[in-house]
Amino acid sequence: MSADSVSDRMSAGAVHGEPPLQRERARTIFQKGAPGRRAFQCPQTEVPLVDAEELLPARFRRAQPPRLPEVSEPEIVRHYVGLSKRNFDLDSGFYPLGSCTMKHNPRLHERVAALPGHARMHPLQDGERAQGALELMWNLQSALGEIAGLPHVSLQPSAGSHGELAGVLLTRAYHEDRGELRTKVLTPDTAHGTNPATVTMAGLELVSLATNEAGGVDLDDLRAKADGGVACLMLTNPNTLGVFDPNIEEIAQIVHGVGATLYYDGANLNAVMGMSRPGDMGFDIVHFNLHKSFTQPHGGGGPGSGPIATSERIAPYLPQGVVVRGEDGDFAFEAPRPKSIGRMRGFHGNYGCFVRAYAYICSLGADGLKDASEVAVLNANYLRARLQEAGDGDVAKHLPLAYGELCMHEFVLSGGPLKRETGVRTLDLAKRLLDYGFHPPTVYFPLLVDEALMVEPTETETRETLDAFAEAIAQIVAEARADPQIAAGAPYTTPVRRLDEVAAARKPVLREALADGAPV
Amino acid sequence: MSRYTAITDADLKHMLATIGVASVQEIFDRQIPKAVQLDGALALPQGLPEQDVFAHLRELASRNTSVEEELSFLGAGMYDHYVPALIDMLMERSEFLTPYTPYQPEISQGGLQVMFEYQTAICELTGLDVSNASVYEGPSAVAAAAYLAKLHNGKRRIVASAGLHPHTLATLATHAHGFGMEIVEVPLREGVTDAEAWAEAIDGQTSAAIFAQPNFYGAVEDAQALSAAAKAAAGVRSSADENGGGALTRADVGARRASGGVEGAPVVIAQVDPITLGILASPGECGVDVAVGEGQPLGNRLDFGGPSFGFFAARSEFVRRMPGRIAGETTDVDGRRGFVLALQTREQHIRREKATSNICTAQALNALGGVVYLTWLGRRGLVELGELLLARTHYARETLAALDGAEKLHEQPVVREFALRLDADVAAVRRRCAERGVNPGVDVHALSGREEDRGVLLVALTERRSRADIDRLAETLQAALAATDRRSAGEAVSV
Repeated sequence: MSADSVSDRMSAGAVHGEPPLQRERARTIFQKGAPGRRAFQCPQTEVPLVDAEELLPARFRRAQPPRLPEVSEPEIVRHYVGLSKRNFDLDSGFYPLGSCTMKHNPRLHERVAALPGHARMHPLQDGERAQGALELMWNLQSALGEIAGLPHVSLQPSAGSHGELAGVLLTRAYHEDRGELRTKVLTPDTAHGTNPATVTMAGLELVSLATNEAGGVDLDDLRAKADGGVACLMLTNPNTLGVFDPNIEEIAQIVHGVGATLYYDGANLNAVMGMSRPGDMGFDIVHFNLHKSFTQPHGGGGPGSGPIATSERIAPYLPQGVVVRGEDGDFAFEAPRPKSIGRMRGFHGNYGCFVRAYAYICSLGADGLKDASEVAVLNANYLRARLQEAGDGDVAKHLPLAYGELCMHEFVLSGGPLKRETGVRTLDLAKRLLDYGFHPPTVYFPLLVDEALMVEPTETETRETLDAFAEAIAQIVAEARADPQIAAGAPYTTPVRRLDEVAAARKPVLREALADGAPV
Repeated sequence: MSRYTAITDADLKHMLATIGVASVQEIFDRQIPKAVQLDGALALPQGLPEQDVFAHLRELASRNTSVEEELSFLGAGMYDHYVPALIDMLMERSEFLTPYTPYQPEISQGGLQVMFEYQTAICELTGLDVSNASVYEGPSAVAAAAYLAKLHNGKRRIVASAGLHPHTLATLATHAHGFGMEIVEVPLREGVTDAEAWAEAIDGQTSAAIFAQPNFYGAVEDAQALSAAAKAAAGVRSSADENGGGALTRADVGARRASGGVEGAPVVIAQVDPITLGILASPGECGVDVAVGEGQPLGNRLDFGGPSFGFFAARSEFVRRMPGRIAGETTDVDGRRGFVLALQTREQHIRREKATSNICTAQALNALGGVVYLTWLGRRGLVELGELLLARTHYARETLAALDGAEKLHEQPVVREFALRLDADVAAVRRRCAERGVNPGVDVHALSGREEDRGVLLVALTERRSRADIDRLAETLQAALAATDRRSAGEAVSV
């Protein structure tokens, strides 16, 4: 992004109220088309006609078909291409959404994942005729095990939250197998919401840990709460404040000292690949987010993939379906482990995501993965520093860093001072950023930071982009001080303007209403 | 610098100066204790140029036998339906492929509207009131539905039909152990859920009653009867418990049901195959409360088992217990129609340990494929495709069951898949077929591990398998059976 385009964006942003393209009233596909239109041409049945009642007795038959749209192929294409243009996406611009690791998605990955030998493989194909797929999974297991420093890997969980659930169930199985009743799981108050929700779904009880002034785990609170009833400590390291806990060795010692396990939420693994390994920090279980660190495209909210890696003592409980290499060099799904927790889902996990993640690891190799983490941390620190000096210190004054000096791959700003001085909230600032062509950072998380803005630039952004973003923030802060109404009314240039989320919650409309015999 | 990063030496110098450090290593050294820093490099190969990575991944693909390279009748949860070209084009568009969850609705209207349309299509398909924006996949969707039941009625017993897919039963068991529910499995009789045992197993303590439609063995279940029996049995029993043993009459139960549901009735959950819903009575019509299933048949690739999507639909009374993202309609400050994520107070990022689920995202991209596929089929197409599958499945079943050494496993109606019992070792027969380029279907015992499944072959049809393909399967299977030692079905076979 050049400096020119930044000023273009800013002047574009300054023009509010001008209706842009794509601002017509939204009509769903159910409101389009006409009876009798179609895109699908059914193949000939070919087989002899049989009496309908013999095929399927009337009592099992549906009376009225689902009222699906009746549209031609060109209408479908226009409709969905039109909708696509009402989305902002990573390929179009900077997307510094904290803890989401919005790094570039190489198109190579889409090409290799679409090869028929991957994309058109049935999951129940015999092992001897799926050797390429099994070898890929075995290679990926090995690579993830090496990156985590924990050698036993299951690729099965469907997403990060699903990996977390698998991890807590593994912990439960481990303690149950030893005849120990442990019901409590410790998580810091900075944790992602999935951590506490997972604890409940795994039938355990959440105990929240305080955060110390440096942004790490409060050791006194941990010591007070760590006892024989604790099953596990779930930790993200670096955490959601972008802080690598300097006391990690002591934390591990305390947790292991009471016989509990240490669980690593891999959401922020992108900060430490090739630099530091969860296994070496003392963790027993890790989940990976292949859609974060290993660049599976986020797809507008899925698919993801959440493999887990464990230490030796947790390995007996891993989900079924780990790939092994036999003495003959052939690959196979191993026989079920007697103490396995069972299955997290159908089949083998999100193989299409494995193909992409594996291609990424092959592209980068050991040095490239390390480079990715180094540059991710460099970019985050540069952007942090640029913001602190932007607007002649105005940004630092109004959006101070919440914790620490240096950061890892992300950092958190507090919009508290800006709000107090101008009335412009973090939400308004985020909406104003939309007019500048940027996706806003994660907002209002972590919860313990007032008016939080969580910024994760990732390693795939150029210095020019980081500069432009810092300038945009400075501009918005200056603008907020001059006229808070601008941000309060933002955005102005998007397909719709600020939406009423309260009304959507009060009277939920969750589907298109169809007249009988729609289209309506 | 890798090819995905862009920091030149000049950039680096400028950036380090701005940060105020001498090196990148210093940033790490000042934050990560030396003792937990990795000593040396990861034991991974060096990175490769793009064309070399492509060649490697293509070579791996070449050692897989895909459905393009043999005549495949594999199914059992995932099916080789034709995926129209426009779905590939739309799913590869950057604007759908590369954004994150629509946290900023003003710049995510495309994705949110797709979710809203998807929800509408799933409601239409299932005959239920509300749908979420999708969950991971089929079997874990069943587990999520059981969790909904527990949140809804606080009870701990799940009654599950043995006609559920073995992966579903296993997934349910793993998750249910986590949230503290026990499972009572109801056996099949003549290919479908044993109605008597089903009614017997359900009582006032039953949280959820779960069956599959069609079931794992291809049979169409009497969904209406199963739903009604679940509600009646619970009603009779819970009332009987309350009344100290005095049973209610059928009429009492009927009256209660008519007045808006039976007190104490379990949540009735059906795992359904969406491709059959043009011809099979919808879950809503059958009295089902929550319908879930594997969405892969709807315009998604096989991908060796994922990613695809799971759908999750329910009656409106359950909406605030639903897991996952849900898109809702609203207006912007100018009164323009728009869409947002709705009912977020159910979700983990707000409710944390009190959330209705730990699920964070949907399977938005795969669900896009699903709704575009349903739109492409259209109202008539879904029915036509269902009729086509019905007719070809019937033809295939009659043709194969007539072979010497094969018979129908059951006589129930089938719509897209059916089970045969072979008078021979299934693995050996399958190997012989494979030598002739035919994959005749799934070896059920290998998948389920159930003793009674020895000798059972599960054969799936899609519109891609023509009559000629079916005839070729019959010929090949006959030859394979003739060449394989016969043994009585059910006898243990070591391979």
